Amino acid sequence: MSKQPFISVKDLSVGYNSRSGSTIEVLRNVSLDINRGESIGLVGESGSGKSTLALAAMGYFKRGLRALAGSAHFDEIDVLALNRDELQKIRGGRLALIPQNSGQSLTPTMRIGQQINEALQLHSKVNARQFQSRVIELLAQVRLPDPTALITRYPHELSGGQQQRVAIAMALAGEPDALLLDEPTTGLDVTTQAHILELLRELAQKRNMAMLYVSHDLGAISRVCDRVVVMYAGEIVLTGTARQVLLAPRHPYAHGLLTSIPRLNQTSLPLALDGRPPMPGEAINGCAFADRCALVDEKCRTTPPDLHPIPSGENVRCFKSDMISDMPALNVKAGQRNSARPDAESAALGLESLAISYEKKDWLSSLLTPGATPRPATVDAINIKIQRGETLGLVGESGSGKSTILKAIAGLISPREGVLTLHDDIILTPRVEDRPAPTLRQIQLIFQNPDDSLNPRHTVAQILAQPLRLYYSLSGSALHDASADLLERVRLGAHYLDRLPSQLSGGEKQRVAIARAFAAEPEIVLCDEVTSALDVSVQAAVLDLLDELKTQQGTTYIFVSHDLAVVKAISDRVAVLYQGRLCEIGPADAVYKAPFHPYTDVLLGAVLEPDPDIAPILSADDVVELSPPARGCCFQRRCPRKLGDICDHETPPVRELADGHVIRCHVPASDL
Amino acid sequence: MTSVAHQKLQTGSRAAVIFKDLVSRPSGSIGLSLVIFHVGLALISPLVVPFDYKLQNSALMLSQPNAIHWLGSDHLGRDVFSRTLMGGREALLVTGVATPLAVIWGGFVGIMFGLVGGRVDEVLMRIVDAFLSLPWILKMLVLIVTFGTGIEVLIPTLAFFYGIPVIRIARAATHDVIARDFVWAAKARGHGRVSIIWRELLPNVLDTLMVEGAMRWSWMLLAFSSLSFLGFGVSPPTPDWGLMISDARGFMSFAPWGVIGPVIALSSLIIGINLTADALAKALGIDRAQKAPM
Ligand SMILES: Nc1ncnc2c1ncn2[C@@H]1O[C@H](COP(=O)(O)OP(=O)(O)OP(=O)(O)O)[C@@H](O)[C@H]1O
Ligand code: SF4
Ligand code: SF4
Ligand SMILES: [Mg+2]
Repeated sequence: MSKQPFISVKDLSVGYNSRSGSTIEVLRNVSLDINRGESIGLVGESGSGKSTLALAAMGYFKRGLRALAGSAHFDEIDVLALNRDELQKIRGGRLALIPQNSGQSLTPTMRIGQQINEALQLHSKVNARQFQSRVIELLAQVRLPDPTALITRYPHELSGGQQQRVAIAMALAGEPDALLLDEPTTGLDVTTQAHILELLRELAQKRNMAMLYVSHDLGAISRVCDRVVVMYAGEIVLTGTARQVLLAPRHPYAHGLLTSIPRLNQTSLPLALDGRPPMPGEAINGCAFADRCALVDEKCRTTPPDLHPIPSGENVRCFKSDMISDMPALNVKAGQRNSARPDAESAALGLESLAISYEKKDWLSSLLTPGATPRPATVDAINIKIQRGETLGLVGESGSGKSTILKAIAGLISPREGVLTLHDDIILTPRVEDRPAPTLRQIQLIFQNPDDSLNPRHTVAQILAQPLRLYYSLSGSALHDASADLLERVRLGAHYLDRLPSQLSGGEKQRVAIARAFAAEPEIVLCDEVTSALDVSVQAAVLDLLDELKTQQGTTYIFVSHDLAVVKAISDRVAVLYQGRLCEIGPADAVYKAPFHPYTDVLLGAVLEPDPDIAPILSADDVVELSPPARGCCFQRRCPRKLGDICDHETPPVRELADGHVIRCHVPASDL
Repeated sequence: MTSVAHQKLQTGSRAAVIFKDLVSRPSGSIGLSLVIFHVGLALISPLVVPFDYKLQNSALMLSQPNAIHWLGSDHLGRDVFSRTLMGGREALLVTGVATPLAVIWGGFVGIMFGLVGGRVDEVLMRIVDAFLSLPWILKMLVLIVTFGTGIEVLIPTLAFFYGIPVIRIARAATHDVIARDFVWAAKARGHGRVSIIWRELLPNVLDTLMVEGAMRWSWMLLAFSSLSFLGFGVSPPTPDWGLMISDARGFMSFAPWGVIGPVIALSSLIIGINLTADALAKALGIDRAQKAPM
């Protein structure tokens, strides 16, 4: 008998019983082989079944799900036939799982050393006397600084990236032969993400592990995977090498997914992949992708395509894989940003020497430690004028104060210093409670996570009624009509009015949140990471919607995001923040071109493009600083270009290079 | 997987949807049936009992269960079956009034603490915690011994003590909700404080409070029966499960039938309430795992 691949899933179908008693399939006839030393990327939209497949490969099913047909083997062991105890022995030991946010799921009350100790006890044959040294070895292996000191720390004393490294160290404790990673870097900063991915890549090579990497982020996949498997509606639609799938995808869905990703070398909005995938259990007669496919014809609607090999080597589930070249090319100017140019004459919003601090003036501590100098403000010395109709992008790592600035503009936190002006002549009072109704209406906020920003107990109608009642005192049929109209404008329909947020998909929720903001007919809309919680294809559609609304109404946006490509796609001007200080600001094109501020350079270098030929440049550490330095340049502790003392002691000058392009650095612009 | 995929679009009011979900769960349907049975019985038992619960018959003292007296008779020759049927009336009346009172006052105070926040909230919660760490029976005995027994003392006493743990829950729920973006969004739009509490906060906290109320009810029933058992609850000859168990305890070795009826009745009611609370929590989507008893 020929030897099976190390991990082998064959014709696996997974499903659950619906309340009405019928069986609903979540995965249909999926086969997947992974050899030792090979790393496979599993991509697809949320709901496509990628996590289900990854978990099933290790014999694990979320509650309610079960295998309907097929098999799954791990090193020739039939994992579907094992009982719970036997599975437990394999998992965490020879087969390790690193789930999403695993860094955050460390036990908060337990020291790092103890937690890894526990993993060793459970999953390794290491002699108890050698635990200590093994723990340190593991921490060093994931390249954590000063492992000996680290073992006595608690998880909250580490940064997000460090926590994630600890989680990886724990997974390595059992010396696994295979690693299963489910969105291991989602939610981490670009720089951190790039570092973690490099680490995983190296570990997999060094230890000759089989690796299955689940992600919706094609940029991450392109860094670590040899082969890529694309899933759609519970089926595999395309498999091939990373190069084949990412550079010349031979399936219309994979093609659409790739065109919907904003890229750094583009200046326009990415093309959106409209529509949504069929839900599990929905009747599908032909190709599952037919409703969204640009190449669809009669045959596609009646005959389901098979997954078949094509001459170039991939496996494709499509009748027209040789016609993909008829679709718009990847990676070129795609959708057009059609919004009007900003009106340079009139200012919408001014931030003048804005400083914000979360530190409360506490009479008790000021009594105990009199004369203590207050810590440096979280956000300091922000001077920005935003023109009417302009989109200002605000980028920076987590904790750089992006949300804090938006909250101050919205009146949710009072700045320590500085003035906010509306239209140059109206001074905004710091507290939202003191602002007159017309000013309130002018400024609206859209949040990152619609799950959190929509009250789960309110229907869409109730959600939209709130601003309409408050600002326009609408009621009865006028209210209904206005709400229905708003839903039309965000490309939903009046039939959504009676739904609760839990009955909407992520993209639909965010559209409702956008509709709620636009109900006020605001002049300025503050967008806080509004697309970060969404799938790339949905993200493209939401960006497109925001752009359309802006064209219709001449809205001014402040668009906060940690994703530099997204910011580039939508912004006229971009401001780069580090530790609450402005590093660079200027027209989008200028900021994304040399000369760069050293921090902008680091950020841009770490961006992961969905292209195996473009490797990130990791020029600075990914350590996360908890507070800004008291003096000198905000970036001094991580700067790869640091000059020396001058950076430690003197605040860099505001240097204007060309029309409105400002860089704050001691290095002369000609050297940047 | 999006939640949409699993969930059929629901129709009808939320209450109706939740009720349907509740009874579609085995724990919900069994629990609710038990509770309804007990409440119904308490309402109609005076009309259906075969014997007068006070009627003493020295000839029947501690007689075994038989065709006439199905559960036998107690040490005063009273019919145990009739007394068991009626034994939950007092307990249900007292706890049925005291539970909502406890949830209302505890919920109100908890929400206030949660809204005030900061140092004040912390200090107040320390006091609440200190109070909670005292054994409950001790606290109640002190009050009852001071003010006497009887419904007019028992109801406020139980409502007071069982409202305190509710403060904790309501405060935590408030903290969770006010940190969420939809509350920030309402603030940023310029909604007033009252509107935010009423529209954004309350609907979300009420779910938690409802489940908490059901839980408190079962603990309160147990406490009430314990008080009766100790002689501080219902005064004889009114029948009460706790009291009946206490009375029959001395004769357990040779006349165990005296305790069987009240024990089954009391436990089935408490189990019923717990199952209902459990199913309710699931129907509402609340994680009840770490809520410990008082
Ligand atoms: N309520 C708060 N109390 C104290 N410190 C806070 C509070 N909120 C934020 N901070 C701190 O202020 C700094 C800026 O936070 P902010 O939320 O504005 O960052 P951000 O750029 O929006 O980050 P992210 O990308 O993670 O959303 C961080 O150091 C953060 O820890
Ligand atoms: S089979 Fe037809 S509908 Fe399906 S992806 Fe191919 S071309 Fe599109
Ligand atoms: S001022 Fe100095 S530390 Fe700051 S960015 Fe420039 S070179 Fe780096
Ligand atoms: Mg933020």
